[in-house]
Amino acid sequence: MNVILFLIFAIIAVVCAINVVVQTHPISSAISLVGVMGSLAILYLLLGAEFIAAAQVIVYAGAVMVLFIFVIMLLNAGAEVKQGRSVVVHLLGVPLLIAFLGLVAYFVQRLFPRDVEVTFGGFTGGTAQAIGRALFTTYMLPFEITSILVLIAIVGAIVLARKEMD
Amino acid sequence: MAAIPISWFLTLSAVLFALGVAGFLFRRNIVTVFMSIELMLNAVNLTFITFSYHFKSVDGHLFAFFVMVVAAAEAAVGLAIILTVFKNRSTLNIDAIDSMKN
Repeated sequence: MNVILFLIFAIIAVVCAINVVVQTHPISSAISLVGVMGSLAILYLLLGAEFIAAAQVIVYAGAVMVLFIFVIMLLNAGAEVKQGRSVVVHLLGVPLLIAFLGLVAYFVQRLFPRDVEVTFGGFTGGTAQAIGRALFTTYMLPFEITSILVLIAIVGAIVLARKEMD
Repeated sequence: MAAIPISWFLTLSAVLFALGVAGFLFRRNIVTVFMSIELMLNAVNLTFITFSYHFKSVDGHLFAFFVMVVAAAEAAVGLAIILTVFKNRSTLNIDAIDSMKN
């Protein structure tokens, strides 16, 4: 059951990620990216991270992607123009990528033997209560600094977007 | 209930990160390049959550939370920059935005 669930959503995530890279129109890439984020949220739930899964759906698939789609529609961005690339890039690009991925997968499988395994419910420390307690005790200073960062980002985004540059 | 080896999660994360790098390098549309960066951040988050499961500790979740907050702030500022660039140059092609080269 766990393995089937993992395989289904891992395949959805990888196919959608390939679609993000391959599609020429930005809207298609954005919709595929929502697919990646949704399936990653399911995998977070499988790993016992319920708060992060909810935040992933609300913040990433909700807020950030809506912002992306607004900007794409505002700019009326068309499909990307194909550019001539050199013969070496055409021949070597994808095989080298696959070789790199195979190498990474091999090393990960070697370094992490199969005795460490994941089952649903194997870790229940990811509740909103546990995260909130850690956030307001151990990680108090980073949390406050992050709030200042977000404030700066809000002000910066408004200033950048409304400034009339010559 | 069969169990999943933890290396599968890490491999999935590596695959997603590599696809993000590929998109970052291959695409010429600045919005798609930005989306590839978001894909890479998501892959890193999956690694954090996986190791959090491995070590049975909540710290990885906090790191993923902070990555999420920073990514949201970065998206807001980055998209504002893209809007400004498009207003001045009316192009989204990153090869055409090269005024700092000369």
